[in-house]
Formats: sequence, C-alpha cells, structure tokens
Amino acid sequence: MTAKIILDVDDVQMRFGGLMALSDVNLQIEEGKTHAIIGPNGAGKSTLLNVCVGRLQPSRGTVMFEGEILTGKTPYEINQVGVARVFQTPEIFPELNLLENVMVPALAKRDGSFKFNAFRNVMREADIRDEAEHVLEDLGLQEQRTHIAGSLSRGDKRRLELAMCLVQHPRLLLLDEPTAGMSRADTNRTIEILKRIKERGMTKVIIEHDMHVVFSLADKISVLAQGKIIAEGAPDDVRGNPKVQEAYLGGAHL
Amino acid sequence: MSVSPSPKKELATIAIFTVAVLAMPIWLAPIGAAYPDLLQKFAIFGIFAIGFNILFGLTGYLSFGHAAFLGVGSYTAVWSFKLLTMNVLPAVIFGTVLAGLFAVLIGYVSLRRSGIYFSILTLAFAQMSYNLAYSVLTPITNGETGLQLTQQDPRIIDSMFVEAGAGLPSTTLFGLKMSGYPGFYFCAVVLIIGFWISLKIFNSPFGMKLKAIKSNQTRMGYTGFNTRPYLLVAFVISGMYAGLAGSLMAATDPLAGAERMQWTASGEVVLMTILGGVGTLIGPLLGAGVIKYFENIFSSYNENVLHQIFAALPDPLEDAVVAVTSLFVGEGWHLTLGTLFMVIVIFLPGGIVEGARRLKSLVLRPTVRKYGFKTDQPTTRS
Repeated sequence: MTAKIILDVDDVQMRFGGLMALSDVNLQIEEGKTHAIIGPNGAGKSTLLNVCVGRLQPSRGTVMFEGEILTGKTPYEINQVGVARVFQTPEIFPELNLLENVMVPALAKRDGSFKFNAFRNVMREADIRDEAEHVLEDLGLQEQRTHIAGSLSRGDKRRLELAMCLVQHPRLLLLDEPTAGMSRADTNRTIEILKRIKERGMTKVIIEHDMHVVFSLADKISVLAQGKIIAEGAPDDVRGNPKVQEAYLGGAHL
Repeated sequence: MSVSPSPKKELATIAIFTVAVLAMPIWLAPIGAAYPDLLQKFAIFGIFAIGFNILFGLTGYLSFGHAAFLGVGSYTAVWSFKLLTMNVLPAVIFGTVLAGLFAVLIGYVSLRRSGIYFSILTLAFAQMSYNLAYSVLTPITNGETGLQLTQQDPRIIDSMFVEAGAGLPSTTLFGLKMSGYPGFYFCAVVLIIGFWISLKIFNSPFGMKLKAIKSNQTRMGYTGFNTRPYLLVAFVISGMYAGLAGSLMAATDPLAGAERMQWTASGEVVLMTILGGVGTLIGPLLGAGVIKYFENIFSSYNENVLHQIFAALPDPLEDAVVAVTSLFVGEGWHLTLGTLFMVIVIFLPGGIVEGARRLKSLVLRPTVRKYGFKTDQPTTRS
C-alpha cells in the first residue's frame, strides 16, 4: 500500500560558501499525510523549506511536486501550482485588515499571478469575501475581521497567516514552527485546527521543535541533523532511535 | 482604507467631488484664489498629484522622476498644436499616451530595484531627460528657449478648414478658447474624470493588491502574485496622469520648456502628496492646492504690501515685523513652504487628511476610538 508521492526532494544539496547546509537530502512526502521534520537548531530544516518554495535555489538536486519540477521556479509560480507556506515569523499584510489579508490570497487563487481588475468594486467580489469570512470563522478570527492585522497578538498573527494559506486550498501546506512562541492554550488550538485540515486530505510538511505538537500530528517523521536526514519513520520508531537521541541530546534518553 | 466603500458610497463621493470642483470659483473667492490662472493650476497639479499617489500611495514606491512625464506630456501637446490642430483634445490624448509609453520604458528598468535604489533610478532618468531636452534634443524641444508656436507651423488639420489668421492662434476646444474660465472648466472636467478613475482603482481588487504589495511584498510573492507587472501598471498609470497634467499645462498656455522636467518639479509633487496625506484619495489634491495657493499668494507679497498690513503697529515695531515676515514672502515663500512641510511631517505624518480626521474625532467623539482605523486611514507608519 504505497501512497502517492506528492513532493519528491531528490538529492538536494545547498551550499553557502564553505557551509554545507543540506547535503544530499532525499525526502518523499506522501499525499494526504502529515510529515514532520525535526532536528536540532541549525540542522537545515528552514533551508529545506526555502528550497521547496523557491526562496533558495539548491546548488544541486531537484524538487518535484506532482511530477512538476519546482527547482528554478519563482515563489509565485510555486504557489500557483498549489504549495503554500506559513513562515517562522508571520508574513502578513500588517497595514490591511484581517478580511483583506485573507481576500488577497483568495484573489491569487482565482485570478492567477496577474490580473488587472481595476474597475470593479471590491465589495462586488462577494464570492471572495464569503470565502475569506468562512476561513476566518473557521480559525476563530471572525470577530476581529475589520481590525488591522498589525495590531494582532503574535499567536493571532500566526493563525491569520494560516488562514491566508488555507483560503487557497493548497495541495501542499508547508509550516515552519507554527506554534513557536505560543501559549499552551494557543498551541492546543492550533493542533486542533491542523487536525481538522488533515481530515480534508491536505498534505502537510511541518517543522516543529515542540514534541507534543509533533507527536499529536505527524504520520511520519524525518530527522535532520547537520544537513543530513539521519532517521525516518513512524513517530514511535523515531522516538526510540538511538541516532536521534544522540543528535538531540548527545546520547541521553528521551 | 480598511473598509472599502460600497459602490453607492462611491457615487456619492464622486457627486460631492464634482460639485466642489465646479464650484471652486465661488468658494475659493473669499481667500482670493478664485481667478482662472490659479484655478487651472489647482486642477492640473491636482491631476499630477492624484496620479503620483496611485504609485506612491498604493505601492509605496517613491518616484523622484515624475516630472519627466510631465515634460513629455507638454512637449507632445505643443507638437500636436504645431503639426495638427489647435484643438486641445488630440493634444491631451497624445500627451497622455506618449507619457505612458515613456513610463513603460523607465518603469521597466527602474522597477528592477526597490526602495531608495528605485527612487535614485527614476531621478537619474528624469535628469537625463531634462539634460537631453536642453541639449541633444534641441530639434524637438527647442532647447533653452522652449518649444513655442510659430506663424510657420503647418497645423495640417486646421489649415484644411480655415485660413491661418495674422497672429498666433490660441488653443481651443472645438472653437471654444482655452484661456480663462473655459480653460479652467476643461481642466476641472479632466480632474473629475481623473479622480473618478483613481477612486475606482482604490476600491478595486487591483488597488487592494497594490496596497498589499506596499504592506509586504515578500508575502505577495508566496501568495502567488507576480508583483512586477502590478508595479509596472501602477507606474505607467501614474506616468500617464503626469503626462495628462503636462499636456493640460500646454493646453492652457501653449509652450513647453525643459525646466518642467527638472528634479525640483519631481520633488514638488512628492511634497504635495505627503503634505496632503500619502495613500489617501483626496490628500494629494489638497496638498497640490495648498502649495499652489501659497506659491501664488505668498510670492506676490512684497515689503510694501507688508508695510500696509502692519501699518497699525508703531513704526519701529512695524519695521521689525516687516523685516522678519518679509523673509517668508515674495522670493522667500519657499521658506514658508519648508516650515509648513516640516511641521506637517513631524506632527502630522498622515498630512492634512490626518489633521482633518483628528479634528473631526476631537469634535464629534472625544473618546479614543478603538484602533481608530475606520475610513481613509493613511498607512505611512512603518
């Protein structure tokens, strides 16, 4: 029962001058699954995501998404094929209100990377508006929808960014530490949201330090250390893997 | 800016605006600004500033070279008067279109960079155009003298219908002379159309995407938008507004000089926009009005006028007061403008519009409104 591979990272190498941030990373993400990437600080986790979304071009190797080569494409082209990303520090539109923040990505999904619709009133875009309101409600941000995004708390900004990604119904969602800096309550709330998304069959790659989050969500875990994948497998297998324990704790038991 | 006005509200806005602009000769009379020359300037620079704001206000890209498009518009309009007809309509259309083409060229290159580098690139292009107009392009621009109408101009279309008169012809709109009040009303109608288009853009999905680019261009990329064409379109639209303003200048006074392209002219529209309120609909227009009013009123004062104003004071005091105030009028009116600009930027970063909004909330509701972002909130904070 091999599932369909949606994202295929093939022999990716990323070199920054003398530093080898990623060396020969191979990673297959199965459709509909939640795949966690864990590893100590500086292991290359965010670099790997940056390579996937086109922020960085790898020194060698390719990234394929549903049979299409992503390497060499720009971030907007990669988004248009169905890959959305939540950043480690929320990337939102701080001067716009929440509703506008979510409507803009919804427009990108509908209109493509460029459309000159300058003579239509935004209020007439009822579909886009409804969709945005629906997602905001889903994430519990409905009451704040006319607030300026820059005035939100950190946790709410992260949820808003998630809403901005979800409104596009991406095939693949990449999350870079979605709960970092969140209170326990907010973290649990985010876990609930992510579980709900999973039921809809959206594939997710999640980078996370919080093991509570990882073990509540992940179907599969890859461990990255010093630019290499050192272990991969189901959560329970990874937990007991001595190599992982060494990478994290220098040999102490988890 | 957070809540976009509905189409109904949009109609109301444009109706009020139309009445206000057309009635300018009436309500500006008490402050001595209701004469056609100045009113024309209000309308023309208003168009220039509205267009500039579509680029600067919506996308945050600060161009320091918009005077180049103003100049292109003027030269094109004068050439249309020389070669084709004294009718202003083709002149205005050609001026706008050619400025737009010019903007495609400059925008395509300049938009490869952002921030200060973009500003410097546009400045460099405008200064290049200015110097070319002065020197190499003399056959087209008539160099230092400036491009003027002459008796020998072919005026192909006009000569088919009427014999050339003895003197220089004047610009017309199908026979209606474009000097004085008719000239103002022509500019006013163009201004209203220009404002309406700007209003449409502000309230459109396109405008919302431009605001999003200003807010976070990185996120726009990861959201699936190719930002470069958006910026280029905004740049070209605002260049066309500048060309339109330039051709209207030529339409009301048919000559064009290279100084219209100089960086001081580019700087002036930046001042107008910031003074009025960046990113607000009406702000740039108010800024243009205030600056042109000050330029005309304060620069016309001289020591004699000041002596008359302060005649009631005892002589030594009168001399002292006149000595100080005379620094700020006549040739020195720029000092007044500079002071005003400093005061606005320091105390009211959102410009006149923010000032009006604060006054309104002070009068109507003394309590602090939650978040305070209700309508046309400028987004100058960074």
